[in-house]
Amino acid sequence: MTYTTLSRGRPGYPPLLAELHDPPARLHLRGGRSEILALPSVAVVGARSCSPYGAQVARELAGDLAALGVVVVSGLARGIDGEAHRGALAAGGLTVAVLGCGIDRDYPRAHAQLAGRIAESGLIVSEYPPGVEPAPWRFPARNRIVAGLAAATVVVEARERSGALITADFALELGRDVFAVPGEITSGLSRGTNDLIRQGATPLLAADDVLEVLGIERGPVTPPTSVSPEAGAVLGFLAAGAASLDEISRSTGVGSAEVAVALTELELAGLVSQGEGRYRRATAGRGPPCSR
Amino acid sequence: MLARAVTHALVGLDARPVEVEAHLQRGVPSFAIVGLPDKACQEAKERVRSGIASAELEWPLRRITVNLAPAGLRKEGSGYDLPIALAVLAASRQIPPESLAEHAAVGELALDGRLRPVPGAIVAAEAARRAGLPRLLCASESAPEAALAGIEPVPLRHLAEAGAYLRGRFTPGPVEPASSISSNGAGPDLADVRGQERARRALEIVATGRHNLLFAGPPGTGKTMLARRLPGILPPLTLDQSLEATRIHSVAGVLSAGHPLVDRPPFRAPHHTASSAAVVGGGPGPRPGEVSLAHHGVLLLDELAEFHRPVLEALRQPLEDGTVAVARAAGQAVFPARFVLVGTMNLCPCGARGDPAVECTCSPQKLAAYGMKLSRALLDRFDLVVHMPRPRGRELDTGPQEPSTAVRSRVEDGAARLRAARPRLGDAARGLLVRAVDTLPLSARGRARVARVAATIAALAGAGEIEPQHVAEALSYRAPPELSP
Repeated sequence: MTYTTLSRGRPGYPPLLAELHDPPARLHLRGGRSEILALPSVAVVGARSCSPYGAQVARELAGDLAALGVVVVSGLARGIDGEAHRGALAAGGLTVAVLGCGIDRDYPRAHAQLAGRIAESGLIVSEYPPGVEPAPWRFPARNRIVAGLAAATVVVEARERSGALITADFALELGRDVFAVPGEITSGLSRGTNDLIRQGATPLLAADDVLEVLGIERGPVTPPTSVSPEAGAVLGFLAAGAASLDEISRSTGVGSAEVAVALTELELAGLVSQGEGRYRRATAGRGPPCSR
Repeated sequence: MLARAVTHALVGLDARPVEVEAHLQRGVPSFAIVGLPDKACQEAKERVRSGIASAELEWPLRRITVNLAPAGLRKEGSGYDLPIALAVLAASRQIPPESLAEHAAVGELALDGRLRPVPGAIVAAEAARRAGLPRLLCASESAPEAALAGIEPVPLRHLAEAGAYLRGRFTPGPVEPASSISSNGAGPDLADVRGQERARRALEIVATGRHNLLFAGPPGTGKTMLARRLPGILPPLTLDQSLEATRIHSVAGVLSAGHPLVDRPPFRAPHHTASSAAVVGGGPGPRPGEVSLAHHGVLLLDELAEFHRPVLEALRQPLEDGTVAVARAAGQAVFPARFVLVGTMNLCPCGARGDPAVECTCSPQKLAAYGMKLSRALLDRFDLVVHMPRPRGRELDTGPQEPSTAVRSRVEDGAARLRAARPRLGDAARGLLVRAVDTLPLSARGRARVARVAATIAALAGAGEIEPQHVAEALSYRAPPELSP
């Protein structure tokens, strides 16, 4: 395993990070490619116990950004953080995980394998030397590095007093752009993000919103995949929101088995995803436009 | 004076002949049983002594030795009471010793001399038939069961009747034939279930192809209710399957007295506190467990994640092989265990996940521990996973739905087609499957499972070949991401 250390004031130390009012004196890296820290990057952070909606948004947003060469920065925590890392890796992109412990301590333990995959192509980063154990008081400090490394910060899902809001605060202090993914006003998991929007954060509706800030242009849009008539009907119904298979069947008048066939077709085409028994449309303005 | 009676010792699902020898000698009156009897068998002394007295026969005041041969085989249970009593009576010439030839005997004695049924009568009867003994002396409750083995049972209510019969002074009544439960009478009906079209469809596929099914969803959505209706749509058992199931139930002592023939697919639903010995079988001389009692039927594990981890892991062998080998110090036994496994679970410990009206309060650690409970290897054994979200009010407002009998007739047709000519993968379907393996997280086992389920769906549709829409429907039943860590 390659461990390297970057010192403040020496070449290689990320200039964005140096803008913090208390930048870390040393940055320990696991993974060989320290030049990644100079690439345009976006932090994608959020709640640990996230909803399927949040997980999907984090995964797809990170994948979308990573596919266009944006480095996805997050904190390797369960939930949104993990999904963001996974989404970036799945898209074949680069991702950076910032830890609140030594870079040789995979925390949480369940993400040890994920950490290994991140270190292969991207970086694991910490201000603590190897061997430092995780502790709750180190995580807010970790969050300032997440915000410091990224040109913009996206909060996907957060409760009222979530650690992800601390990251957003650091980003605001630095004068960086902060995005929040709007959620249902009835869901506690969206209270923090919706609050951010009220305070002036930009609501994130598609990956393009972030790309604009970074000054990255998307290539020509791929034409929407053509789908069968049943799949089209199902997709149209899902534009109104997530639904279970039985609800789709009842409302569209298509039989339960045929709806299952249509949903599989849409899933394979990447237009629909499922979580906890409900199917929802893929985000980020891909696929055919809403037909309402 | 010496006399012999023949009985049988249960070894797993088999019975081995045991000779009960009684020897009366002069000397201080005593009574000893040798030949590796267990505690219940040792206590036969007291029951036999009282039983003989209650039958108004005479307890010989001699030094009595009863040997159970072969002496190396462990003898368990109370079924030796009757043969021991008969051997003692024959040795004291209260019944003619030669009358015991051509008879096997099994049964427990009450202190007043009445005969009580014991587990495994059908197995003992079959062993007697194999040994060339045409008649089995047994409790009248055991007689219909023993008759299933193709032997002539002698139904007896009391030890006095046994004595009289062997002296040629009593003719036992006729044996009532094993009555069967009418195929429509018992079991809950699918017509009672409102909504949940998808889950109903999954049940139909599962019944046709005998796949394993997992229902996941918040409490109160009808997971258990639906699972309990699966036996009602399974095709009835063939005679061979019935006898096999009856044998297992008999050895385990769970046959109902009125209906000794298990002619409907058995349904077993052990509680989640069950030990692994109770589920896969065990005990000093191995007894069949719930997996074997569910042979040819349905094993429901309600609240799958609440079961002890070793119990769930122990299910992997029977799910794979259709048999379970139980090895104990006292011997090894292989029990058949080919069943349809149905599991139900909530999506999180508090149960709120998947219910839009309630918010889940589980911590990430608790959620992770919950997911950890079900190993990938076990989840991989479920061919169909059906999410059951909370149905909307309108769904519950429908009238009665399709009854079980209608579904069963489709299942029987589909199952017959599967047996006659299993649909093969068409080229288009194969292409879709290749695409699915590339796009979705789908293991090699997962792929084979999807192909199997697709074959069942094709058979239900009456198609000769698996078409893409069959594969697509099969794919929609794969484990969702939150259940595949």
